[in-house]
Amino acid sequence: MKWVGSNLDLVWELIVAHVGLSVPPIIIGFLLSIPLGWVANRFRISRGVILLVLGLLYTIPSLPLFIFMPLILGTNQLSSANVVVGLTIYAIALMVRSSADGLASVDDDILQAASAMGYSAWQRFWRVELPLSGPVLLAGLRVVSASTVSLATIGSVIGVTSLGYLFINGFQRNIPAEVITGIVATLLVAVVFDLLLVLLGRVLLPWNARDRTSSRQARRQAVLLAEGVS
Amino acid sequence: MIEFRSVTKQFPDGTVAVKSFDLVIPPRKTTVLVGSSGCGKTTLLRMINRMIDPTSGSILIDGEDTSTLAPVKLRRRIGYVMQNSGLLPHRKVIDNVATVPILNGVPKKEARAHALDLLDTVGLDRSLADKYPRQLSGGQQQRVGVARGLAADPNILLMDEPFGAVDPIVRAELQQETIRLQDGLGKTVVFVTHDIDEAFLLGHQVVILQKGGHIAQVGTPAEILANPADDFVASFVGADKGKRVLRIERVDGQDVVVDENGTPTGVLRP
Amino acid sequence: MNFVVEGFGWIFDPANIGGPQGWIARLLEQLSYTFGAVAIGAVIAIPLGYLVGHTGRGRDIAVSLSGGLRALPSLGVLILIGLGLGIGFKAPLITFVILAIPPILAGAYSGFEAVDRKTIDAARAVGMTEWQVITQVEVPLGLPLLIGGIRSGVLQVVATATLAGYISGGALGVFIFEGTSTRNYAETLGASILVTALALALEGIFALVQRLVVPRGVVAKEATDLRPRSSRPQPVMGIPIHEGK
Repeated sequence: MKWVGSNLDLVWELIVAHVGLSVPPIIIGFLLSIPLGWVANRFRISRGVILLVLGLLYTIPSLPLFIFMPLILGTNQLSSANVVVGLTIYAIALMVRSSADGLASVDDDILQAASAMGYSAWQRFWRVELPLSGPVLLAGLRVVSASTVSLATIGSVIGVTSLGYLFINGFQRNIPAEVITGIVATLLVAVVFDLLLVLLGRVLLPWNARDRTSSRQARRQAVLLAEGVS
Repeated sequence: MIEFRSVTKQFPDGTVAVKSFDLVIPPRKTTVLVGSSGCGKTTLLRMINRMIDPTSGSILIDGEDTSTLAPVKLRRRIGYVMQNSGLLPHRKVIDNVATVPILNGVPKKEARAHALDLLDTVGLDRSLADKYPRQLSGGQQQRVGVARGLAADPNILLMDEPFGAVDPIVRAELQQETIRLQDGLGKTVVFVTHDIDEAFLLGHQVVILQKGGHIAQVGTPAEILANPADDFVASFVGADKGKRVLRIERVDGQDVVVDENGTPTGVLRP
Repeated sequence: MNFVVEGFGWIFDPANIGGPQGWIARLLEQLSYTFGAVAIGAVIAIPLGYLVGHTGRGRDIAVSLSGGLRALPSLGVLILIGLGLGIGFKAPLITFVILAIPPILAGAYSGFEAVDRKTIDAARAVGMTEWQVITQVEVPLGLPLLIGGIRSGVLQVVATATLAGYISGGALGVFIFEGTSTRNYAETLGASILVTALALALEGIFALVQRLVVPRGVVAKEATDLRPRSSRPQPVMGIPIHEGK
């Protein structure tokens, strides 16, 4: 606690940097995963190709991926873009299956009913399919958020500032309290993100709030999916 | 009036669901398409609002060929009620009922007010308006489905086995409700079922279908019972099993109606 | 592109391949970490997962655990344990065991849960004892998901094992950190390519293994259905794995 007390400014600065690194990948990953998930559901071939490519991208360990980035993007080796783009790739890889599953989870009867009532395909997607995938999308996004916040620490190894700095600096100067602060702060950021997402879900998906079982089911499914056992 | 003119539907996988089908569905009456699964009855129904397009032939609504109409617009002026209600789970009951008018451009407030009236029409308490569909019982959901089908005040109402998934008691209730509604509203109702009793109960005109949309017989329930066209119809309506062959026995000065096995089914009153 | 050539140049330079400091030795260290941690993790997680799956108790705790551990930064844990135990192979191994447990646990319990309740009912009805239900029904039918979990664990650890080098624990990360600190980008890149290739190779092997061990009756159904998904496991190559690498 003593270490934290005398380094509050540094910790706060790092938290801000960490949030800055992790928010864009979460949002961009989410937005891109929806059209990709839709395409994955549409055709058998596109599903196979998309899931295979994303699965392989996800298999690339993060440190090497960050190291490859300057070669692909033409960025400076110390640029934070390397980490942001790398994390975005992971976010997409993790999120697309949730998006595909979410869109596929919508009851076909409901889609038929919507068409029968006179929703055009476009209206049906935005007003019926997408909102009804909400719970599954949200569950997937929570996993992506936790994952991204945790992975952003690795950026520090290649010189991109994040809360991971506390691990590196703590190791070099042999201060366990600093490392612990880094771990706790990372978890804290992840928890705050998670709460915000849950809150967002309450606001945007009021119809689902009363159905605890389906939310829990979606959460379970997303966690298992991310563990590779779904 | 809805007219099928030598309509054929072959699905991409090769199955011919309906083959040169002709039928005239009279206005302001209930026509029931009845048959076992695979007879093409749902395909026929869904071709009316162009959820499915025929491979050949044409379907006319009041003399207008539906293939010349935009499907989405067409659907918005035809009511549709399906099994499992097909309600949107993320919309409150009231918004589910108001969906089609709002799609048609009716102001939200007006559409909701009208939706409340419709809840009365289908016999639902107004207090249910702010609930979500899954908070309702199966029978209630089905009533909401009917209200939604009626919301745009369509001339035509398509009902695809709407009471197939509810228990027999609720089902009987909903059937009576449908009769009452139809007496008051006088819509052109096309109703699909596999239950011959339901068909006879609800239908002014009953169409008995065989595989491939082949019409075994068309007529009023009385006509069909009196003169089954062939053995298939006779067996389908149960005429050969004795359930429908009743006779009168005199018991204690009363005319008791009994079926072929001698099981009493009712009393004849003058 | 120049860099890529240099990276491969580093890999194929005979001076970097053999010997105790060569990448073959480091690669073997990386594999030892991976399979060592996964083996220890499996010994802990499989019985626990089977218990959760068979009794249906503690499922929510297991889910929260997996969900929560996802946010735990493995680099931080590694360094913290390293500061406590000193540099060497112990701290990385412990970190990787922690990392390997959630996916294996999830694979074990979800494998049991994926078994149709009716199948288990039927097994009891024909007179199987509780133990026989476990060994003859739940374990074999849950195998595909368990292997999915182990595969996840392996991929996750093989990726994260790169970090061991940071606290002098060996493995391929040694070259990455050495290259970064001496500004030898070819070395960093060469080692990164090796780590990536190793991960992809393990992914491929596991996808194959998973396909081979899935009971035939389970696969037959899956190949056909796309949209209406069953709760059954699907041996698709390229399932996203857990982070922390």
